[in-house]
Amino acid sequence: MKKDQASAVPADTGLADAEVERQLTTIWGSRPGFWGAVASVDHKVIARRYIVTAFIFLILGGLLALAMRLQLAQPEARFISPDRYNQIFTMHGSNMMFLFAVPVMEAIGVYFVPLMVGTRNIAFPRLNAFSYWVFLFGGVLLWLSFALDTAPDVGWFAYVPLSGPEYSAGKRADIWAQMITFTELSALAVAVEIVVTVFKQRAPGMSLDRIPVLVWAMLVMSFLVIMAMPAIMFASSTLILDRLVGTQFYNPAEGGDALLWQHLFWFFGHPEVYIIFLPAVGMVSTILPAFVGRPLFGYLPLVMAMIATGVLSFGLWVHHMFTVGLPRLGESFFTASSMAISIPAGIQIFCWLATMWAGRPVFRTPLLFVIGFIATFVIGGLTGVMVASVPFDTQVHDTYFVVAHFHYVLIGGAVFPLIAAIYYWFPKMTGRMMSERLGRWAFWLIFIGFHLTFFPMHLLGLLGMPRRVYTYQPELPWAGLNLFISLSAVLLALGFLVFFVDVVRSWRNGLPAGPNPWKATTLEWATSSPPPSYNFRRIPVVDAREALSPNDGELAVASGLRTDRRELLVTSVVEALPEARESSPRDSVWPLWAAIATAVMLIWSMFSPWAVVWGSIPIAVTLIGWFWPKGSPEDES
Amino acid sequence: MKDRIVLDVSKLSLHGMGTASPTWWATGAFMLIEGSGFGLAIAVYFYLMSLAPQWPIDAPPPDLLAGTCLTGLLLISVIPNMMVSRWAKHKKLRRVQLGLVVMSLLGIAPLALRVFEFPALHISWDDNAYGSIVWTLLGLHTTHILTDLIDTLVLTCLMFSRHGDNARRYGDVQDNALYWNFVVIAWLPLYLCIYWVPRQ
Repeated sequence: MKKDQASAVPADTGLADAEVERQLTTIWGSRPGFWGAVASVDHKVIARRYIVTAFIFLILGGLLALAMRLQLAQPEARFISPDRYNQIFTMHGSNMMFLFAVPVMEAIGVYFVPLMVGTRNIAFPRLNAFSYWVFLFGGVLLWLSFALDTAPDVGWFAYVPLSGPEYSAGKRADIWAQMITFTELSALAVAVEIVVTVFKQRAPGMSLDRIPVLVWAMLVMSFLVIMAMPAIMFASSTLILDRLVGTQFYNPAEGGDALLWQHLFWFFGHPEVYIIFLPAVGMVSTILPAFVGRPLFGYLPLVMAMIATGVLSFGLWVHHMFTVGLPRLGESFFTASSMAISIPAGIQIFCWLATMWAGRPVFRTPLLFVIGFIATFVIGGLTGVMVASVPFDTQVHDTYFVVAHFHYVLIGGAVFPLIAAIYYWFPKMTGRMMSERLGRWAFWLIFIGFHLTFFPMHLLGLLGMPRRVYTYQPELPWAGLNLFISLSAVLLALGFLVFFVDVVRSWRNGLPAGPNPWKATTLEWATSSPPPSYNFRRIPVVDAREALSPNDGELAVASGLRTDRRELLVTSVVEALPEARESSPRDSVWPLWAAIATAVMLIWSMFSPWAVVWGSIPIAVTLIGWFWPKGSPEDES
Repeated sequence: MKDRIVLDVSKLSLHGMGTASPTWWATGAFMLIEGSGFGLAIAVYFYLMSLAPQWPIDAPPPDLLAGTCLTGLLLISVIPNMMVSRWAKHKKLRRVQLGLVVMSLLGIAPLALRVFEFPALHISWDDNAYGSIVWTLLGLHTTHILTDLIDTLVLTCLMFSRHGDNARRYGDVQDNALYWNFVVIAWLPLYLCIYWVPRQ
């Protein structure tokens, strides 16, 4: 340890626990009232907002799905016009991928990574606040456009030339492209925060081989975000340039290429599946041990499998493009790499099965959703291997078979674990338990409703029904299956309704949870439920992979951090040895102003390129306010 | 749960520098993001080139003078940049202040040269895909020079103020130097793409 700059007291050394808590509450707590809430940089507050906002987008996206199912329940229905249908499926896909799936997974990371690594706040808390506001404004922009009938109508992938200047007049495609920029800004900021939190703010002793699996998952996900999201930002920016200032990136007549868009989009789009899936792997790996009463089987292979999945995910993008006419050698390579990713996926599933096999499962709601996830994801994985084969993909490309496949992967692979995670961590976040009875109802309705909705889509696809059509003729053999699917979708929606009712009801009237109702062994359970603003009274010290012994009654801790200002402990990357103390920023409204300035600039730039010049001035002003040194010891030391 | 104190961290230094600083890692992460962006832009350049019957499309290769001078200037700027970083590590305030003034000037000078680079391309961004990508490459890099210059100017002002002489600001100076090295290194493949690949 460096000893060149010993701090002055007061530190938490020598103080009674109650006095430490009193001082920390004063210094880490947010001010009451509206502006206090707006200015909060507490990772838990921001993560809760993220999660709630993302679930609101899930509900809105789900309602759009129901609207589509209503339209498709019968042939030649006139419930929705073709133009509006184009907007609805575009909104549904864009909303679910960009405004729900990625943000909610990152939000779980924002909430739990600091708690699981034993620190008091995420790295760069003001950036964290900024990222939430930017995400919110991007979502509001998209939904406002839908309300005003100017929503994008070019699919969630916005393929050119359909989304280019020639075929998509007006601002619909620009709104899609700028919404992408909003959400990717947000996602990239969170990824950086998570990487730095994991690398530099782990509890002393939490060496790399002791990091909780969920934290590993969030770390790998963050690197995927960092490496993959620039591709979609580059793509959306060049699309806007083509539309606004006449660049020729995607215009074949002037040396551009429409397939360039697909390469860029899927170079991001396929890793995005794993950006969504890997946190789910972490959730399942965390939840399982608590309900089978034994440590996770195969920690190291699981972590290695997650890293391998992350690396391999960058070699798969062309399997979305098998039908565009690429060289045969390239198709063979991408077929092989697509099939290769089933190896780490298999390792993960075998580790979970072995964990259950060797344990004594207690079938509470989180475990039900985990088992539902394994069954559903395996089916999605198997159809994934099928569409990785060029001849088969050529047959089913752009049919409902693909719709079935990716819903099995995304809902089975991400939403099921996410609901398991909500049931599992709800007591930690709110201090209250969710209802076991309603949980079981929710599980069976969602599980049965899901399979009845999406499994028949495989058959529809094999019968040749294309995606994205707003209606079909009665003489085609699709009507019966479509009606069945639409009715099943109502069952699925009912399951989600029960889940949301349970959340709202439990938030208000759930039974008190206590600090560790599941007798879990990760660090977030070492503090009270819900956690206080400072997370831990003193920073935990870890000496094993199972950081917590629930029956121990004592927690090994480090003392010596100051209690008169926000201070964090910084540790080394590999061994997590203490290196320094670091001040953590106070609450601030500047991130909100900076996000507003950014939103103004991005929306304005849909209309004029000069917005980038003039709009950067208010952003610069807000950033100066954000970083202006206040002269306080917290800022200056 | 009761606390059992097993470690005292009160003697640790405040605001670790270099790899002990979270900001250093965040700077690294942002360089990774931007490096990915540059890598993609270069990939797009070669992708479009592979499709074109001739490269550059309907334009002569860019004039070398301004871009080459800028490259030389950027490479030279690495020397004082490294010196500033070292002085910051040893917390030598006066030298850091002087070094930052020099680095501010070395941030302005490339922008002056860049003004001549765009006309030297002999093509507009909207003429064809070649024009679009070379303007984008130059624009991307210009944005990086500009943002780093603003960062350097603000930091220079701070180091001359009462807020300057502390570990946190010295760490900022080191991170700023690290980022400038990235701006210089990122330029080298872009320079080769823009000026020399069309001459092959």
